[in-house]
Formats: sequence, structure tokens, C-alpha cells
Amino acid sequence: MAAIRIAVSSSLYRYLSPAFASGVSLRKLSNQSVHYDSKYFEKLVKDKKVVLFMKGNPSAPMCGFSRLVVQILHMHGVDGYDHHDVLQDVDFKEKFKEWSEWPTFPQLYLNGELVGGADIVLQLHQNGELVEELEKIGHCSALLDK
Amino acid sequence: MAAETELELEIKKKLTDQLEPTHIELKDISGGCGKSFEVLIVSEKFKDKPLLERHRLVNGILSEEIKLLHAFSQKTYTPEQWHKMNN
Repeated sequence: MAAIRIAVSSSLYRYLSPAFASGVSLRKLSNQSVHYDSKYFEKLVKDKKVVLFMKGNPSAPMCGFSRLVVQILHMHGVDGYDHHDVLQDVDFKEKFKEWSEWPTFPQLYLNGELVGGADIVLQLHQNGELVEELEKIGHCSALLDK
Repeated sequence: MAAETELELEIKKKLTDQLEPTHIELKDISGGCGKSFEVLIVSEKFKDKPLLERHRLVNGILSEEIKLLHAFSQKTYTPEQWHKMNN
């Protein structure tokens, strides 16, 4: 019963969410052929140099912590990164947390490596280390131009 | 101020027992429901550990509790860092 309720509410959410259409590489909901295994997740985090797993999407974050990371990336001039809305798929959300061994979202990956959640990204932003981390992946932070 | 909830006490106890912090602050940031916390921990056990590892350590200690929360935010410092920040 619970499973049915989840399926209904998440597909309803998708239907109601105007942001859905603009999201990149969102998994096909209820697509049984997608196996959320480590191989799948490893590929996902390495697909682009910057990959963000968040609640909502960059133009409409659904939680303050996700919004914070989006804003920080924006300040550094990081655009066009991959993002995945974990609210679209409960199964994906839970399996990804297990795989990454990180219990919360957002999760930011640079070059396939977990940088951290909002707390860490904020701290790296404040102490200047995020500029260096971005440099390592070949991105010159927009904050350096100022 | 409402009395500390059971969850709040449990989180504080686990962190205190396992990290032996010289300073710990737990703040309810939920605005009512009591399911969102912000924690500040100052502990010698964070020494020589990068941020990600510190957070993993805390996440591990609170693995059961975090599942029950809507939001969990943490700040982790060594006594030395904490001292520098406050002087």
C-alpha cells in the first residue's frame, strides 16, 4: 500500500512540477529497466565535471540547503552542470544515499568525487578552497575576476 | 523555550560520548516540528581530518537519528580552530 502511495504521489508531483521539463538527465520515473546499482551511480557522478544531487532544480530549489549550493556555484560562474532532482524518485534517493554513504542532500561532486553537502560547500566557499577545487577541474572561478 | 526533546538529548549524548567535545551546541532550527537541527562541535578528534571525513564521522555517529530528521546541518572544528575563531 505504501509503495502505491509513493508511486502516485511522485508521479503527481512530476506532473504538477513545471520545472520537470527543464531538468537535465532526470531518470525516467518508474522505468524498471534502470538499475540503481553502483555502476549506474558511478557513471552518473562522472558524467560531467560538476554534478549536483539536490531537491528541486537550480531554477526552483525545493530546500534551503540545495538553494545555497546552487547560489554558491552561480557566484563562481559554474553553469551548465548536471543536476538531479532526488525528489522525483524515492527509490533513486534512498539507493543513492546508501551508495554515496552520505545521508542528506544536496551532494556536490567534482570530477566524480564527493565534495560534500551544503555545510561543506559553504565552508569551502568562505575559506577560499572552493576556488582551488574548481581550478583543479579546469574552471576559473568568476569570483577571481572581481 | 521548550524543554529539550528526547531526540535532542539523544543526539547530544551520542556526540558527547563519542567525540568528547570541548564545546557543543545543538540548535533546533525546525521552527516547531523539532526535526531539524544545527550542531556545532569542537573536538580534538577532528584533528588532521579533512571536512568530508569530519562530517562522515558525525553522520556515522548519528546515522539512526539523521534518518528521522528533515534537515541536519553541522559545523566541525578542532579546539585550536575554535580558539582562533573566537579570539
